[in-house]
Amino acid sequence: METQVGTWTEKKGLAQMLKGGVIMDVVTPDHAKIAEDAGACAVMALERVPADIRADGGVARMSDPGLILQIMDAVTIPVMAKCRIGHFVEAQILEAIGVDYIDESEVLTPADEQHHIYKHDFKVPFVCGCRNLGEALRRIGEGAAMIRTKGEAGTGDVVEAVRHARAVLGEIRRIQNMPAEEMMAYAKEIGAPYDLVVETARLGRLPVVNFAAGGVATPADAALMMQLGVDGVFVGSGIFKSGDPAKRGAAIVKAVTHFNDPYILAEVSRNLGEPMVGRSVSTMPEVERLAGRGW
Amino acid sequence: MKIGVLALQGDFAEHIIRLKHIGAETAEVRLPRHLDGLDGLIIPGGESTTFGKLAVAYGLIEALQAFGQSKAIWGTCAGAIFLSRDIHRNQPLLGLMDIVVERNAFGRQVDSFETDLDIPALQEIAPGSGPYHAVFIRAPLIESVSGDARVLSALPDGRIVAAQQGHLLATSFHPELTEDDRFHRYFLKLAS
Repeated sequence: METQVGTWTEKKGLAQMLKGGVIMDVVTPDHAKIAEDAGACAVMALERVPADIRADGGVARMSDPGLILQIMDAVTIPVMAKCRIGHFVEAQILEAIGVDYIDESEVLTPADEQHHIYKHDFKVPFVCGCRNLGEALRRIGEGAAMIRTKGEAGTGDVVEAVRHARAVLGEIRRIQNMPAEEMMAYAKEIGAPYDLVVETARLGRLPVVNFAAGGVATPADAALMMQLGVDGVFVGSGIFKSGDPAKRGAAIVKAVTHFNDPYILAEVSRNLGEPMVGRSVSTMPEVERLAGRGW
Repeated sequence: MKIGVLALQGDFAEHIIRLKHIGAETAEVRLPRHLDGLDGLIIPGGESTTFGKLAVAYGLIEALQAFGQSKAIWGTCAGAIFLSRDIHRNQPLLGLMDIVVERNAFGRQVDSFETDLDIPALQEIAPGSGPYHAVFIRAPLIESVSGDARVLSALPDGRIVAAQQGHLLATSFHPELTEDDRFHRYFLKLAS
């Protein structure tokens, strides 16, 4: 009997198991347990949530593997962790300690301003951010088995998440109606591998799971992203920077499942306490925006 | 034939694609009333802790237990955990099948694997057909079966990965992630 590990089906498949769910940023084992109890389908283990990374400034790196291991011990759901863009040694370390998914993330300070990690070389699957279809397909070409739209992390402002989801999903709708002879020029225009453009047009969706991220702070935000057509939602600072993380986390989980039912959304949105303090992206200087990182 | 797929979280859309492919009508199930008029139900892969949380919140535990008394239910991976009687930890379960399940029995994602299985029961669906290619993702193991439950398939070392109890079916792997529709056709037969 031949047994294969680390296959493309396995890597893509774990993301398929996360669909319709909420992946929550956690910075301690206690947070991780609260997230699991709230119904999170996975957690992202990190030292600081994006809102704090923003506030602290300086260089943001991979978290201490000791902290990630403690979080892995605390919960039974999958644990993800972030490495810097292009920092393939941080990725090797995360694979060695056995995290379930690696996020090659613009929230950390990039280690390479031209190249992302060649992710096909790893057994562990990767998720990467994107702002448009070209960026999504370049990341998939490098081996990302899951995509998330970037939004603008640590702001609590959903506007960029909406912009990026609309960009990706709108471009997919466009290529579905595109005659075959136009696809090569289009692939060139958006800087995407031709074969993946053709495959995406045929499927009518990205060939891997696509979550929304970056600015989701309320159940309504999460349901908005689901109705726009993403497969699930990452919530970073929105839960543990709010007044009542357990309650808000559980409400966002329910909102993602019942995203099409306004009556349930109305019920779960009630009495959640203070949301995270937001920061409007439209007045934010360009240099403070994280979404532009990624090539 | 109308088959529901529990759509609280997980890869329910993949099951719906396979079911439509073999001519079944489908419905997404998020609330107890969505079970009305169904001939069977699939509980997909996903996170069993998330299923449990949402099922308790919306009164689905009792509704699914009642449904399973007379109708066919098939759980894949997290769905198999949810159908089981005991998993050695405290989390909401349907307890419909007399099986004991160990979560994440093979390890973490880097230990997930694909392999070929010998599943004699599938010969009823496709006589003379070959081995079944199974995809295991952070998979649970069926530690033991008792009562009316019987083993459908095991790995060469004897560890159980599929079981059946009358009209109830549990697999630790994901037939919805492959093009091979023999398992979905097998389930449709159980539901009819």
